[in-house]
Amino acid sequence: MASIALGPAAESRETPAHLNEPAWVRVLLIGLAVLFLTLILLVPLAAVFAEAFKKGAAVYLQSLTSKDALAAIRLTLAVAAIAVPLNVLFGVSAAWAVTKFRFRGKQLFLTLTDLPFAVSPVIAGLVFILLFGSRGWLGPFLAEHDLKIVFALPGIVLSTLFVTFPFVARELIPLMEAQGKDEEEAAVSLGAGGWRVFFRVTLPGIKWGLLYGIILCNARAMGEFGAVSVVSGHIRGRTNTLPLHVEILYNEYQFAAAFAAASLLVLLALVTLAVKSFVEWRHRRHADALAARERQGALREEAAWR
Amino acid sequence: MRNTSKRLLPGFGLTMGFSLLYLSLLVLIPLSAVFLKAATLSWDQFWQTVLNPRVLASFRLTFLTSLGAAAVNAVFGLLVAWVLVRYRFPGRRFLDGLIDIPFALPTAVAGIALTTLYADSGWIGALFAPLGIKLAYTPIGITIALVFIGLPFVVRTVQPVLQELDHSFEEASACLGASRTRTLWKVVLPELLPALLTGFALAFARGLGEYGSVVFISGNMPMKTEIAPLLIMTKLEQFDYAGATAIAAVLLVLSFLLLFVINGLQRRANRVQRQA
Repeated sequence: MASIALGPAAESRETPAHLNEPAWVRVLLIGLAVLFLTLILLVPLAAVFAEAFKKGAAVYLQSLTSKDALAAIRLTLAVAAIAVPLNVLFGVSAAWAVTKFRFRGKQLFLTLTDLPFAVSPVIAGLVFILLFGSRGWLGPFLAEHDLKIVFALPGIVLSTLFVTFPFVARELIPLMEAQGKDEEEAAVSLGAGGWRVFFRVTLPGIKWGLLYGIILCNARAMGEFGAVSVVSGHIRGRTNTLPLHVEILYNEYQFAAAFAAASLLVLLALVTLAVKSFVEWRHRRHADALAARERQGALREEAAWR
Repeated sequence: MRNTSKRLLPGFGLTMGFSLLYLSLLVLIPLSAVFLKAATLSWDQFWQTVLNPRVLASFRLTFLTSLGAAAVNAVFGLLVAWVLVRYRFPGRRFLDGLIDIPFALPTAVAGIALTTLYADSGWIGALFAPLGIKLAYTPIGITIALVFIGLPFVVRTVQPVLQELDHSFEEASACLGASRTRTLWKVVLPELLPALLTGFALAFARGLGEYGSVVFISGNMPMKTEIAPLLIMTKLEQFDYAGATAIAAVLLVLSFLLLFVINGLQRRANRVQRQA
């Protein structure tokens, strides 16, 4: 009960003077942090747009609508359109298995799921060269049957799948863990089937977290450079994704065009962060609403007891 | 009781089966290919590749720049997390949202943007060029790129711990007559240390494997500014699969060791938090 009375006071977070730094220290620290973040994060973003528009809007538009640029955009969209749904499927299914059941080796399973985050993107590309490259294990077999994986779309998709593998699962597992499984069990005991339980009970509760996982996975899928660079072969108009297109233009000193293509990827990043902020805001509102309802319930209970 | 609740929900076989199959096909089998390939090398071959001066130089560079960047991030990441959690100022939420930029921005974009800025003719590089300090195309440039990439790891691991930190410890310390500096040093910092170390290790691990943001700013001069992931790339382009694999195996073992350390740190941090 005491915590209810303290609620509003604790929320206002006014720090008493003896637990705070002197004003000049605070200003100094804030100034330092702002300066650091500006130099490291903000100025590079500004530089991308400044360089992209250096030669005017006409050049900017022209470089975005060139044949190679359009091909790169199409390929990037295609890769994401294949890789993201597959990893969503894995993420949801892994999260269901991990959070709704107890089994031996769960910790190991979680560690293995996180593995791609610990692996250098270049190695993520290398593994598929070792398997499917012309001198790889399956190379002769693939050549015999005229199948192309490396230096073609399948290789790009595979390496993208590898690097974006954990995103959705990592977003969903803590969320579904926190929600428990009481509601699903109630639904099942009332006779609902598994799919129905998932779509009617589980999904509504995790949709915002899922959305964020998808957006994050998508941003990385469209922006992956190292892994894709290893397996793509850089064939212009055929196996160049947008980030590789940026690299080629940059290395050819076509800076305005390179930064124009890069600006698209910056926009993608900004949209990703906007969605993240929105999802976090929804979560906070949801949590606040729940807390308020609980507080009301407690008060009502208290009143009833009196 | 536990057993019945285990059986109550359907779908364990389907979801677990699919997850394991997908995990094996996409991650486990391909990754084991690196070690299987490395195992086909003789010891002599392996050591000859790994101990080659150019390869050793790239390992040293990758290791030192990652360490340096992680150290910078530990200091400034702590500062940023502190300012974002403890102080209120205009634009705070905006800055908070911005921290994740390095997660969302493709590394190649970060690479060319940083290179343009820190080259001698760039907005920031031009300030240092008259002093005779070159930033881009030197190990300093590589470190700058790795600071960019690693920053969110430190901020996002320290921030939640700082948020949960109870004021009462600081209160007690202040009541017992400790100065504010002493309180921060002796009371607050030890509480943050596990999270700070985790963030440091995460940033360090990320730096070891980083490629996209570094290749543009590094200049890629053999023996001087050539990082290990780039050397893997170079060997692959020369169809030297064995050489590439040997370097990759060393990097992988290093990453897995770090992952192990990070897991241990996180478990300890969780335990400390639960006790508090």
